[in-house]
Amino acid sequence: MNLLEDFSPGLFVMQAVILIILIFLLGKFAWKPILNALNEREEGIADALKAAENAKIEMAQLEASNEAAAQEARAQRDEMLKEAREIKEKMISDAAEQAQEKADKIIANAQEAIEAEKKAALADIKSQVAELSVEIAEKVTRKELSEKDAQLALIDKMLTEANI
Amino acid sequence: MFKAYLTTAFFGLILLVSSTLQAQQDDHLEDHLSDHEVHVTDAEEEKVNTPSEIKSYIEHHLKDVHDFHLFSYTNNANERVHVGFPLPVIVWTTDGLKVFMSSEFHHDDAAEVQVQKGEATLVKYHSKIYEMEAGAQSINFDEEHHPINAHKVLDFSITKSVFGLLLIGLLLVFLFAGLAKQYKKKQIPTGFGRVLEPLVIYVRDEIARPNIGEEKHKKYMPYLLTVFFLIWIANLLGLTPLGFNITGQIAVTTCLALFTFFIVQFSGNKDYWKHIFWMPDVPVLMKIALIPIEVLGMFTKPFSLLIRLFANITAGHFVVMSLIALMITLKAQFGAVGSTGLSVFLTLFISVIELLVAFLQAFIFTMLSALFIGMAVAEHDHAEHHGTEEEGVDEVRERFV
Repeated sequence: MNLLEDFSPGLFVMQAVILIILIFLLGKFAWKPILNALNEREEGIADALKAAENAKIEMAQLEASNEAAAQEARAQRDEMLKEAREIKEKMISDAAEQAQEKADKIIANAQEAIEAEKKAALADIKSQVAELSVEIAEKVTRKELSEKDAQLALIDKMLTEANI
Repeated sequence: MFKAYLTTAFFGLILLVSSTLQAQQDDHLEDHLSDHEVHVTDAEEEKVNTPSEIKSYIEHHLKDVHDFHLFSYTNNANERVHVGFPLPVIVWTTDGLKVFMSSEFHHDDAAEVQVQKGEATLVKYHSKIYEMEAGAQSINFDEEHHPINAHKVLDFSITKSVFGLLLIGLLLVFLFAGLAKQYKKKQIPTGFGRVLEPLVIYVRDEIARPNIGEEKHKKYMPYLLTVFFLIWIANLLGLTPLGFNITGQIAVTTCLALFTFFIVQFSGNKDYWKHIFWMPDVPVLMKIALIPIEVLGMFTKPFSLLIRLFANITAGHFVVMSLIALMITLKAQFGAVGSTGLSVFLTLFISVIELLVAFLQAFIFTMLSALFIGMAVAEHDHAEHHGTEEEGVDEVRERFV
C-alpha cells in the first residue's frame, strides 16, 4: 500500500473544512458555555466552602468575644461587690467612730456637768456647813458673844483645814 | 426525556429503513434492479472466498469509498446483491465542477464503467476517480497497475469518510450543544449529560491543564475538545459494522496533525523560537549543531501524530478483518463450526482491545497536541533550572519515545 498514493487531497480539504466548522460551531455553542458553566460551578463551590470556613472562624471569634464579655462582666460584678463591701465596712466603721465620738462627747459633757454639780454641791455644802458650824458654834458659844468674830475666824480656819 | 424519545425514534427509523430495504429486495428484486440501493452483479465473481480475494477486500475496506455499502449477499437466483446507498460525487475535472451520484458507476471499481459528464469521461479505479485523456476509448495500465491514459481529478466527493465526519459533526453538535443548554437551567446535568460532563472535565483537567498550564489552556480548549471527541467517535464508529474507516485515512490524520502543527507554530512564544534557533545555555558550536535537529523536531512531532493514529487504526481494522476472515481461511483445517468459533472468539478479544485503543489513540493525540502546545507557550525560567537542564531534556525525550 502506497501511503502517498492513498492520500486524497479532496478528503484532506473536506476534513479541514469540517474540522474548522466544527471547532467554531462547537466552540461557540458547546465548549464555551459548558466550560463557563463548569467554571462557575467550581467557583461557586469554592466560594461556598470559603464562606463556610469564614463563618466558622467568625463563629469562633464571636464565641471568644462572648467569653471575653462574660469574663469582663464577671470581673465587673466582683469589683462592684468588693466596692460595696468596702463601702459597707467603711460606713459601719464611720458610724461606729461617730457613735464613739458622740458617746465620748456625752460622757465628757456628763462628767463636766457632774464636776460642775459636784463643785456647786460642795460649795453649797461648804456654805451650809459653814452656816451650820456657825449656828452650832453660836449655840455652843452663845454665852460668849463678845468673842464672836474671833470664834468665826477660828471656825473658818478649822473648816478650811478640815476640807471635806 | 424528550431527547431520549428522539434518539430512540432516530435509531428506530434507521432499523425500519434497513429492514424495509431488505424486504423489498427479497420480494421484488427484479423491480428494483435499477434502484440505487440495490445492485446486482454476478455472484461467483463477487464472492470473497480465497485468501487473495480476502486481502483485496480488506484493502478495499481500508480505503475511502464513494458509496455507503452495508453488506452483500447471494440470493436464490444466484445473484450477488449489494445493500447500501450511493453518495454524491463532487469532482473538479478539466470541464469544471461535476456533481453526480456514485450510483452512476454501478459499483464498478475497475475502471470499466465510463461516466460521461460534459467533456469529461470519468472512471473509478481502486476507489479513486480518474478522468480519461481526450480520445482514449478504454483505460490502459502500466505494469504496476497505474492508469497511463487517465489522470486523477480533484475529488471533493462526500465519500464514506466525509459522510462519517459529517455524521460525527452532527452528533457532536447535538450532544454537546444539548449539554450546554442544560447548564442554563440547572447546575448539574441530567441524563446523558452526566456521562458527557466528566469527559469534558477529563480533557480539561487531565490533558489541557497539566500540559499547557492554568492560565493559557483556556484558549486551546475548543480545539482539544473537538479533536478528542472527533477522533474518539470516529474510532468507535470504525468498530461498528457500518464499516467506517475515518481515522484510518492518511488524509484525515494528516489534516488533524497539520492543525496541531500550525496551532503550535502560531502560539510559539519567544522562548520557543529561541530554543529552536539559538538554544540557550549551550556552547555556540552546539547551538549551531542543534538548529537543524530542532527544526527537524518541529516537523517530526506532528508527523509522529499523524502516523501513530493512522497506523493504529489501520492495523486494528486489518487485524479485526483478518480474524473475521479466519472463518473462511481456516475452514479446511477446523471445519465450519471450529473456524467460526475461533474467529468469533479472537475477533471478540481483539475488538475489546480495539475499544480501548479507540479511546487511547484519541487520548494520545489530544495529549500530545496539548503537550506540544504547552512546550510552545511555556515560560522558561533559566536561572532556576540551569543545573538540571540535561535532566530536563532527557525527561522530555523520554516522554516522546
